[in-house]
Amino acid sequence: MSELVAKGPTAWSARNGGPTGPDGTARGVPSGPARGGSAAVRALVLVARCVRLSRRNADALLMSLLLPVMLMLIFVYLFGGAIDTGTRYVTYVAPGVLILCAGFGAAGTAVSVTTDLANGVIDRFRTLDVGPVAILGGHVVASIVRNSVSTVLVLAVAVGIGFRPAVEPLRWLAAAGLLLLFLLAISWLSATFGLLTRTPEAAGGFTFVVMFLPYPSSAFVPVETMPTWLHGFAEHQPVTPVIESLRALLLGTPPGSAPLQAVAWCLALLALAVTASAVLFPRRVR
Amino acid sequence: MTSAPAVEAVELRKSYGTAVVLDGLTLRVARGSVRALLGPNGAGKTTTVRILTTLTAPDGGAARIDGYDVVRERRQVRSRISLAGQYAAVDEEQTGVENLRMMGRLAGLGRADARRRAADLLDRFDLGAAGGRRVAGYSGGMRRRLDLAASLVGEPSVIFLDEPTTGLDPRSRQALWTVIADLARGGTTVLLTTQYLEEADQLADTVSVLDGGRLVAEGSPAELKERFGAQRLDLRLRDHASLVEARARLGTRVVHHDPGRLEVGVATDGSAPHIRDLLDEVDPARRTVVRFTVRGATLDDVFLALTGHPAAPAATRPEVTNV
Repeated sequence: MSELVAKGPTAWSARNGGPTGPDGTARGVPSGPARGGSAAVRALVLVARCVRLSRRNADALLMSLLLPVMLMLIFVYLFGGAIDTGTRYVTYVAPGVLILCAGFGAAGTAVSVTTDLANGVIDRFRTLDVGPVAILGGHVVASIVRNSVSTVLVLAVAVGIGFRPAVEPLRWLAAAGLLLLFLLAISWLSATFGLLTRTPEAAGGFTFVVMFLPYPSSAFVPVETMPTWLHGFAEHQPVTPVIESLRALLLGTPPGSAPLQAVAWCLALLALAVTASAVLFPRRVR
Repeated sequence: MTSAPAVEAVELRKSYGTAVVLDGLTLRVARGSVRALLGPNGAGKTTTVRILTTLTAPDGGAARIDGYDVVRERRQVRSRISLAGQYAAVDEEQTGVENLRMMGRLAGLGRADARRRAADLLDRFDLGAAGGRRVAGYSGGMRRRLDLAASLVGEPSVIFLDEPTTGLDPRSRQALWTVIADLARGGTTVLLTTQYLEEADQLADTVSVLDGGRLVAEGSPAELKERFGAQRLDLRLRDHASLVEARARLGTRVVHHDPGRLEVGVATDGSAPHIRDLLDEVDPARRTVVRFTVRGATLDDVFLALTGHPAAPAATRPEVTNV
């Protein structure tokens, strides 16, 4: 078969008038600047991409804004009258809805990652020598940006219907920091989940896990009002200390050990997510 | 580096679980040429492209692009190649311009260069007017062109096109062929995979026929056709019984079979004595053959002769492949 192997470049150039590019420079032999901007530039480019894509995904954006607001209104006006938490219900429930909203939005990262894997975008980025940290990081950072915006909106609605946080800038800053850390952990966990699923629809399932967690927590009703067998889970699941800390920081009550537990949970989840994604990414893209 | 072939693969092996996808594939693609990997679904075409584009590591063998090893010198390889996949890997919710600028920035261009390059490429691919619109509103053909443009942003010296026209209508396919042919004329080495024989025939300098993860033939389209029967004799039979009988007489020499038209085809050199012999052999009593046609062999015939099954898409392929 060897006698039939490819014609040499000479034969080829004769037929096609020589291997020159459209600008007349010699092509074929790689020339010009080596490819590859700095990793930071690439990461920023990908963050910008993901932010732009989520801004333009009107359905998902509307959903991640509307749903938490609706939930807030439902809990405050429909259920709130029947729930006795010792304060006005909106005061009790607002921090919980903030977390629900953050978790819901962040869980959407799984869908974005799976979509990129399924339609070859990640393969293309890889042939451009873009690494997994920039690829996943783009989605994670965009998720944090997106959900910070929706959190502010939900907070504004809460204030509009009577939520009155204590005015203590330092505590607000701490609350914002904790919320960002929570968003980071859930977004990365979600991105990792996106590496496991084959279709965007399946990836959407992660949203339900994250949406469910605030219910058996102190988000909507105090844990003491739940059946005893549920206390163990409700008190020791990650969402409870995050909500308790947020509540204490926003309302100016003593937070106790909740912030420490919350930070520990978030860091642990983040470490799990980063490790798992580092293991899963190379396997998934094989 | 000038001496190294653009693409060189030696004894590539790859299995997924127990399924052997590549079974010792060797390829050499000269700089500036257009190579088509032709084969049915599952022949190993996409896996070959994934290995050559550094996306998948081979289990055995080695591959080099411009002399750089695809596993050990991945970074150098990646700076020289680009890939346009089976599906247009562009963002629907970004405009054409935004997609191309993003690719430019990822490929290491500065902001201004990326902008200029995006504008150039859109013009060149006849997408200038659509550049400001979101890709979601593009037709299939426009998406593929944008995808191809996106893969050229980094000025690759070797471009891999994995089934570039699958799913396109004939007009868009023709348009894309023109673009690919222009690209090759510009000096870029092109390696494309295809299930369409016509595509290989139109674009490729050399065709590598793959089947079951192995190279079964290699040569220019003309050489392959020549080698596996320059002509084909199609015989129209009187009825179904005669068709069955004719097939039985010809046995494995049948390269074309169309029961609907009561036709059977066999390779021939086109000479009168050979055709007379064939007619006598199939129809000694001179009763069953009603018509005959002699025509140039297509790559389809080549493929069938080589592999025992046609290179058609999976849906129309026979279940059992008897090579």
